[in-house]
Amino acid sequence: MSIALVGLSHHVAPVELRERVTLDATAAADLARSLGDAVVLCTCNRTEVYLADGGEERALAALEQLAGEQLDGVVYRLHDEAAALHLFRVAAGLDSLVPGEGEILGQVRDAYEASQAGPVLDHVFRQALGVGKRVRTETAIGESPASVSSAAAALASQVFGDLKGRRVLLIGAGRIGELAAANLSSRGAQIAFVANRTEDTARELAHRFGAAALRLDEVAAKLGEVDVVVSSTSAPEPVLRAEDVPSRRRSPLFFIDIAVPRDVDPHVAKLGGCFLYDIDDLEAVVAETLAGRRAEAERGEQLVAEETERYRAWRASLDVVPAIASLRARAEEIRTAELAKVRVSDDERRTLESVTAQILNKLLHLPTVRMKEAAVSADGAVYADAVKHLFGLDDERA
Amino acid sequence: MAEALFWPALLAYGEAAFAYASLRTSRAATWGVRLGWLAQTALLAVQAVRADGFPWWSWAGSLNLFVWLVVGAYLIWGCQQRYRLLGLAVMPLAVVLFVVARIGGGTHAGHRDSYSSLFLVLHVGFVLASFAGFTLAAALAASYLWQERRLKKRATDILRLRLPPLASLERLTRRTIAVSVPLLTLGLVAGVIRLRHDHRPLDALEGVALLTWLVYGGFLALRPTGRRAAYLALGGFVLVIVTRLALAGGHFS
Repeated sequence: MSIALVGLSHHVAPVELRERVTLDATAAADLARSLGDAVVLCTCNRTEVYLADGGEERALAALEQLAGEQLDGVVYRLHDEAAALHLFRVAAGLDSLVPGEGEILGQVRDAYEASQAGPVLDHVFRQALGVGKRVRTETAIGESPASVSSAAAALASQVFGDLKGRRVLLIGAGRIGELAAANLSSRGAQIAFVANRTEDTARELAHRFGAAALRLDEVAAKLGEVDVVVSSTSAPEPVLRAEDVPSRRRSPLFFIDIAVPRDVDPHVAKLGGCFLYDIDDLEAVVAETLAGRRAEAERGEQLVAEETERYRAWRASLDVVPAIASLRARAEEIRTAELAKVRVSDDERRTLESVTAQILNKLLHLPTVRMKEAAVSADGAVYADAVKHLFGLDDERA
Repeated sequence: MAEALFWPALLAYGEAAFAYASLRTSRAATWGVRLGWLAQTALLAVQAVRADGFPWWSWAGSLNLFVWLVVGAYLIWGCQQRYRLLGLAVMPLAVVLFVVARIGGGTHAGHRDSYSSLFLVLHVGFVLASFAGFTLAAALAASYLWQERRLKKRATDILRLRLPPLASLERLTRRTIAVSVPLLTLGLVAGVIRLRHDHRPLDALEGVALLTWLVYGGFLALRPTGRRAAYLALGGFVLVIVTRLALAGGHFS
């Protein structure tokens, strides 16, 4: 039994096509069940069908039906080791748009759990989940932020360490500013104030974060009460001037200015105890961390290669499993038949059962190990044939 | 025996000094610190057993002990991934000082010296332990200033080449000094008792040591924060260096 993969991803398919072949979790699980021994992995960057029982054409037809067009030249098909390698890279985040992004591992797990995978797919998916974890723990691929909002929160952590209890002032209701505030909040910071030109918007956002709403002209007065300021208004003039910022000798004040034009006077960066990052700074930091992720991805690729080798060894051992099983069954059959001929007491029979079983196990242990080793070195089929021939296992089946 | 222990210790420290340069080899560096420190501990034990009296009274011997204390202090919390760059500051210094100690004969075993007393042992032991702490505090303070400068300058590699957060560096600097000042106090008291016993007046070196105590004591009393705290810790360390260099001029003789 071999595995196959039919799919398309951001590498080969534009978003207009990917959004047509996307499936929600229920539809993906339904498709997997309709294909038999299959797992359907569907994320915003890929739709992939993993199969263990054939059915590639049916899988392709299902994808083409969703796309409403032929997918020749866009869809990729991989088999056996190549399919496993691809899955391992996907689970490790090495095939993602942002190398090492963390969500994909959960998505692979969800797809696997929603399916009714047979033994081979079950093994390869469990191994893939292990590979994903291994790459994340043994490399630093997922440690650095990959977006402006998460970089802003990570930078604040570089100043304050633990953000628990740190107070944040959010100015403006820009999307990235809100994301940065959410990121800070997820690290334990408290969104204390939300200020906006439109008071209703400020109140709505403040309610969402459990913060107090402010007018823009109240912002300067609150700077002494916060540790982090996130600003993302569309104001044409700076919202905060250097003279608005109180002296910060005892505790730093960290400004994240995501607005264009900038909300915070650049001279603030020169004030003692104040740190200021604007959108260009944040994007430069993200670009640098992404470069670091790519370097770590190389280490991840080495780990994936190791795991693929382990998969290959496991897969090869499957070639000799039927021969081993037949051999053991044949030996057990002989043992049982011979024991049946002996007339002894129950106690003596139990002893005989135990002794003969041990003899059998010891006798078959070495041939079993040798056959598995031979399978790894590609001689498995030869050994399996030899065993079948020597012990007449084929004849019996016939 | 001492020979056989010096080289493994030096090799392990040297390996750590280089291996801390890369994130990939930082685990090997940590093991280098641990193994090197164990080898140096064994070296000191051999010196203690073979010596007739206190074996680290000379400037080179005390330097050997000082390196052991610095690396030991670093071991307490420095052997963590996020303090990798601190190791890059501490371990090369440890290697250089260890080699200097060897050149000065401070790593040999079997000294015959009757110049030994309990107060000398306490004096040297406490003062060197406090100096090791101040060295680590200086490395932390320097890291603080570097990290603060990178944050101010908005260095693009700030998240890739990570130092501990400013708040952690500041807190650790203060704690290290808080532990080291009582040690220095005890060391100086033991030294003064020894001076009285020998009926000797204070020399210039002892004056600098007292000044060092005042600077670090002031640090604890004033509780400065941020850059000021880092500069004060480094200022105190300059006095530590002066004291250490002056030891070679014959303080113990």
